[in-house]
Amino acid sequence: MSTIETPPAAKTAFWNDPVKRGLALQSILVVFVLVVVWAAWNNMSANMVARGLIFGWDYLGRPANFAIGEGLIPFAPTDSYGRALFVGLLNTLRIAVVGIILATLLGVALGVMRLSSNPLLARLVSGYVEVVRNTPLLLQLFLWYAIINALPGPRQALPLGPGMFLSNRGLKVPWVEWSPALWPVIWALVAGIVGAFIAARALQRRREATGDAPPTLPIAAALIIGLPFLTLAAQGFPATLSVPVLQGFNFTGGIELSPEFVALLLGLVLYTAAFIAEIVRGGIVSVYKGQWEAARALGLPAPRIMRLVILPQALRVIIPPLTSQYLNLTKNSSLAVAIGYPELVHVSNTTMNQTGRAVEVILVFALVYLTISLLTSGFMNWYNGRVAIRER
Amino acid sequence: MIRNFVLAGLAAAAFVFGPTAAEAGRDLDAIKARGTLRCGVQGPSNPGFGVPNAQGVWGGFNVEVCRAIAIAIFNDPSKVEFVPVTTQSRFPALTNGEVDVLSSNTTWTLTRDTGVNRFNFPAIVFYDGQAIMVPRRLNVTSARGLNGATVCVQPGTTTELNLADFFRQHNMTFRPVVIEALDELRRAYDQGRCDIFTNDFAALAAQRTLLSNPRDHVILPERISKEPLAPTIRQGDEEFTNIVAWTVFALIDAEEFGITQANVDQIAGSATDPRIRRLLGVEPGMGTAIGAANDQYARTIIKAFGNYGEMFERHLGVNTPLGLERGHNNIWTKGGLLYAPPAR
Repeated sequence: MSTIETPPAAKTAFWNDPVKRGLALQSILVVFVLVVVWAAWNNMSANMVARGLIFGWDYLGRPANFAIGEGLIPFAPTDSYGRALFVGLLNTLRIAVVGIILATLLGVALGVMRLSSNPLLARLVSGYVEVVRNTPLLLQLFLWYAIINALPGPRQALPLGPGMFLSNRGLKVPWVEWSPALWPVIWALVAGIVGAFIAARALQRRREATGDAPPTLPIAAALIIGLPFLTLAAQGFPATLSVPVLQGFNFTGGIELSPEFVALLLGLVLYTAAFIAEIVRGGIVSVYKGQWEAARALGLPAPRIMRLVILPQALRVIIPPLTSQYLNLTKNSSLAVAIGYPELVHVSNTTMNQTGRAVEVILVFALVYLTISLLTSGFMNWYNGRVAIRER
Repeated sequence: MIRNFVLAGLAAAAFVFGPTAAEAGRDLDAIKARGTLRCGVQGPSNPGFGVPNAQGVWGGFNVEVCRAIAIAIFNDPSKVEFVPVTTQSRFPALTNGEVDVLSSNTTWTLTRDTGVNRFNFPAIVFYDGQAIMVPRRLNVTSARGLNGATVCVQPGTTTELNLADFFRQHNMTFRPVVIEALDELRRAYDQGRCDIFTNDFAALAAQRTLLSNPRDHVILPERISKEPLAPTIRQGDEEFTNIVAWTVFALIDAEEFGITQANVDQIAGSATDPRIRRLLGVEPGMGTAIGAANDQYARTIIKAFGNYGEMFERHLGVNTPLGLERGHNNIWTKGGLLYAPPAR
């Protein structure tokens, strides 16, 4: 029996082997990056030593000694720089979350309207989009801030409703005064939201199986509003309402939306919505017109064609650029320094100036923005994966 | 504000990638090699202290201080490049070497002089104190009656810190509106966004001239802090420190000795007082000692801008829109705080 000898593979040089070549190139790149980082760090240390600067985080624990205009958690000048930066971060998240929600709603509405068959509506929206998209955001922020500041002062505030006042100190509305008895209500609200989700899924399943189910919206609303209300009623309404009253210079009581917050929110939402409108319009136009015709042939009315047939398919095109808009909005919120809304960069600037810790402070806010951005795009990628076409 | 990001970013980048800083004497050497002094002044403008005219040429009290330093270094007042800075961008700009000296109403404090900032304040040019401006119609007569007020204030200043201290000390609360650009901040106050506007007294007086109706606003009598304003430079260059300090002292001495722009040449020709002869370089040695371009540096400065009092009256005094009294900023022999060490 003879064996067939396989000829020994010709020894190829490693640069002709794609695997080895790839590995070699990657290692070189890694080494290069490490060297650059090491050199930068080394140089920074040498520079800081030469100027007598010491790199460190001890300043975060020292009292800040300055005040911050507004925040989701209380802040006093005796609190630390660390807490000040955290207040700034919460303010950034506040504007980003509210801004993204409103910009999405407005953007989708505008995008759909621009495709409307009503020429007046379509032209108006396209005019809006072109003007807003093509002027600098900073300029728009100054405009909104100046307009809001031109409102009458607190002593001549415009009454908008019972206990609601609009002045150049912002919008004041009555608000529930906080007490520990409100904790069960918050838990009831959370339970209501979770319950509404579960109910919506069950109803969806039933609808898919039988073609018929009670409408989702009233049931979800009943759960989300009803549960907290029942909890309140069961405790005999422990909450007291704090109503704004003019006292001394300003209104006290209630909660307020400050002019800075409102100007920033208006600016960011109107600006970003213009971009989102274009993305949505592009997404809708990208859906083959046969889909419209097929849906019409089934006898669906136009709003339901849009909601059930076109938008779900358009989402595949819409989501990726939409993600960039969300990231833009979050990062653009740092323009707030110009109009004095105390978000992260605003507080960081002050901290940098009072402590002289430029490198450390910039590292902090760079890392924070990176984290926020990565989380946002991570979430959007996950969502994109869900709406993307699945190859079968 | 955007500029501020850029500057702060540049400062950080300079630490990370810039060359390692050199030895003592470096700043003055660099200035001489470049042929111009880079002077940071408050931008876009600070009436009385530093304002560009229609041709873009800067004038004002702080500006003339820089020009006087340029005379000491180069014997030429035009060899200055003015760089507008904000309260926030000024320190990164100085640390970073974008400017050689700040002449921008910067307060001399312990932490700025030492600590991580490491600046030098060679000589005080203006004794100021933080004040509070309110609209007349609010009928406020004392800073103690400001509980609950909304306050317009610039970030990154001693003002911001004194404000918090003052309200804390008197058990009052306030709500800050913090905007970096002085023009935007003043507009917010003018529109009524804030009840009060706080800054150093002289700066406040300057801002008041720019309000839509200056007469409708009063500056309360209290001074809630000490604000010694001084040109600011980086630590580590003794020669440059000397030049800045003795330029300011020359202005003060000149007023004390009664030397003015008009009579400086005549006095230089006839003076018998050895103090005056040394100051004006009739007897040589002083200019060389501080490392100035020549021994006549003080004479050239006074010829160009007059003595301290003349500069004050020209830009800030009672006959200007600012209308400031001399107050603390008078010669010690006339009850003020200006007192220069002897030039000998």
